[in-house]
Amino acid sequence: MYNRNNLKGWLYLLPALAFVVVFMVYPLIDVFIYSFEESYNFASQTYTGIGLYNYSYILHDPYFLQAVKNTFILVIITVPLSTGIALLISLALNSIKKLKDLFQTVFFLPYVTNTLAVGLVFMILFKKTAYSEGLINLLLNSIGISSIDFIEGPYWAKMFVLCFYTVWVVLPFKILILTSALASVNKDYYNVARIDGTSKLRIFTRITLPMISPSLFYLIITGFIGAFKAYSDVVALFGTDLNAAGMNTIVGYVYDMLYGNSGGYPSFASAAALVLFAIVLTITVINLLVSRKNVHYQ
Amino acid sequence: MKIVLEHLTKQFISRHNSSEIVTAVDDFNFEIPDGKLVGLLGPSGCGKSTTLNLICGLEVPTEGKIYFGDLDVTDLPPENRGVGMVFQNYALYPHLTVRQNIMFPLENLKGEQKLSKEVMNEKVLEAARLVQIDTLMERKPSELSGGQQQRVAIARALVKTPGVLLLDEPLSNLDARLRLQTREQIRRIQKETGITTIFVTHDQEEAMSISDLIIVMKEGMMQQMGKPQEVYNHPANLFVAKFLGTPAINVFEGKILNHKVYIGEDMILDTDAEDQEIYIGIRPEGFIPDKNGSFRCRFDRIETTGRDTSIVCHNDSCISDSDIRVIVDSDDEINNDNGIIRFNLKANKTHLFSKKDEKVI
Ligand SMILES: Nc1ncnc2c1ncn2[C@@H]1O[C@H](COP(=O)(O)OP(=O)(O)O)[C@@H](O)[C@H]1O
Ligand SMILES: [Mg+2]
Repeated sequence: MYNRNNLKGWLYLLPALAFVVVFMVYPLIDVFIYSFEESYNFASQTYTGIGLYNYSYILHDPYFLQAVKNTFILVIITVPLSTGIALLISLALNSIKKLKDLFQTVFFLPYVTNTLAVGLVFMILFKKTAYSEGLINLLLNSIGISSIDFIEGPYWAKMFVLCFYTVWVVLPFKILILTSALASVNKDYYNVARIDGTSKLRIFTRITLPMISPSLFYLIITGFIGAFKAYSDVVALFGTDLNAAGMNTIVGYVYDMLYGNSGGYPSFASAAALVLFAIVLTITVINLLVSRKNVHYQ
Repeated sequence: MKIVLEHLTKQFISRHNSSEIVTAVDDFNFEIPDGKLVGLLGPSGCGKSTTLNLICGLEVPTEGKIYFGDLDVTDLPPENRGVGMVFQNYALYPHLTVRQNIMFPLENLKGEQKLSKEVMNEKVLEAARLVQIDTLMERKPSELSGGQQQRVAIARALVKTPGVLLLDEPLSNLDARLRLQTREQIRRIQKETGITTIFVTHDQEEAMSISDLIIVMKEGMMQQMGKPQEVYNHPANLFVAKFLGTPAINVFEGKILNHKVYIGEDMILDTDAEDQEIYIGIRPEGFIPDKNGSFRCRFDRIETTGRDTSIVCHNDSCISDSDIRVIVDSDDEINNDNGIIRFNLKANKTHLFSKKDEKVI
C-alpha cells in the first residue's frame, strides 16, 4: 500500500519534475561543465582544454570586477534600506486607524504599475533632456545646487539613481508583507505589555520584532537574492551598453558575454554565473545561520 | 485593595452597524471588598471582558468612576494602576522562556523602582513557586500544556505583586479535568496572596465553586451580587435563577389567586403576594415525590448519572427549554399512577417571579 501510494505520488510530481530537470537541473549542470571548458565554441562545439582558465580570465577582467563591485554596492545599500523603510511605513500604517485602506492601496500601487510607467516616472524625475533638466535637478537648482546628470554623469549619481529605483520598486511588496505580518500579531500581547508598563521601544524590540521576524527574514533573503540578480532595472535606466556606462552587474556581465556586442563566450559567461551562484549561496547560508538564533517561528 | 465602581458605563459604536451604539457596561455601581475572589458571571457578550478592561485601564469609560481603595484611578493609564491581568489565550510571549516571560514586567521598572538582577531572579522564582512551575523555567510556552501556560500567565501577572488581579476566562481553554484542578489552584493562589481578584467566566459552576462573591451580568447590566449560595438560594430575578445551577431550574407559567400559587389546576403553595400572573422557578432538588402531593406531572423516565437519580417528566405549563428534571434521593419512593407522578414542593427551592418584569416576588 505504502509503495503504491509512493509511486502515485511520484507520478503526480512527474510533470513538474520533468520541467525542473529540463529547464533547471540540466542547464545548471551544463553551465557547470561549460565553465571549465576552455575556449568553447558554439558553432563547432569544440574546446581546447579543461581547467580554471575561464575563472582566472573573468577574475582579471576589469569589467567583471566593476560588475561585482556594482552588484555588491547595490545589495548592501538597497536590502537594508528598503527593508527598513518598508518596516517604518508598515508600522505607521498599522498605527493609523482612519484612511488605512487608502494609504495601503497608495503604497501598493507601484507594484501593480507597469515597469515602463515606473521608468517613465524616473525619466521625469532624473533625466536631463533638451527641454528639461528633470524634476530632481529643478529642486536642486531651487536650493542653489547646480544640475547633476544622473543618467550619464558621475558614478555616484548613477549609483544613487539605481539604488533609489531599486528601493522604490521593491518597497510595495515589502510593505504588503510587513503590514500583514504586523496586523496578525495578537493584540493581547500589546495589551499585556501595556499593563506591565512596557516602553514603546521595548515593545518594538522585544515583542513586535520577534513576532514578525519570520516575515522579515523572508524579505531579507529574497531581497538579497533579488538584488544580486539585478539586471533589467539597470538596462531600463542606463541602456544596454552597461560596461561603457560603468554600471554593469554580474547578471549583466553574464548576458553580455553570451549575447552582447562583445559576446559569444559561453565559457566566460558560465564561469561568471557560477561565481554569482557561489556568492548567493554563501550569503544565503550566512543568513540562515544568523536566523537560527533570531527568527522565531511559532 | 477594594475596588469601587460608580455609575460605570461603556458604550461602543457597533462593529456591525456604525450608526448603532452598543452599551457593553451599563451603569455599574458596586464595591468589591479587599482581598476577595470575585466571580464575574454572565453569558457570552454580556460585557464581562469590557468590565475587566475598564478596571485595568485598557478601555476608557464613557461615564462613571473607578476607585482602587480611596484613589480615583479613572484617568490613570494601565501601567500606573498596579493591576495584573491574565488573558483568555494567556498571551505568553512565544519567543521567550518561562523565566523570561515572568521577568518581563520586572524589567520594565525604571528609575528608583529598578531592581537588581538578584532581586528580580528571586521574585521570579517566588512567583513561579507560587504557581508551581518552578521546574519548567527554561521551557518555551509551546513546550507547556495548557494548564502550565495558564499558570505561567498568572505568575507573570503576580510577579509585580499587583493590588488587583484580573483573570479573563482563565479556564475556558482547558479540558474538563484540568479546569477543575486549575480552578482549585487559582483559589489557593488567591488565598495565599490575599490579592483582590476578579475572575470572569461564563460557566456558573466555576464561579459558584471558588468565588467569595459572584456578580451576575446580563446585557451590560448587573443583575445581582452576593455570596454564591445566597444568590443561588435567593435569585433576584428569573434570569439569575435560570443562569445558576445545573441541572437548570425548571420554569413554569402560573398564577396567584387568593394567596395561593397555581400551576395549571394544581395549587402548589401558599403565598402572601397579590393576585397576578407569574413565573414559577423550581430547583431540581425542590421536588419531594409524594403520592398525595398536589403537583402533578407526566412521568417520562428515570436517569441515573453518577450519584444522582433524576426523574424526567412533563407538564404543559413548563416553559423551560428542556424537560422537567427532578433530582431525588435514590431511596425515595417514586409513585407512578398511570403515568402521573405527584410531588410536594419545598418552599425555599421554589421562586416566584412577576410576569411583568421577571423580578422575584
Ligand atoms: N471594541 C469594541 N467595539 C465595538 N463593540 C465592542 C467592542 N468590544 C466589545 N464590544 C461589544 O460589547 C459587548 C460586550 O463584549 P464583551 O465585554 O467582550 O463581552 P463578554 O466578555 O462578556 O463576552 C459585545 O456586544 C461586543 O460586541
Ligand atoms: Mg470576553
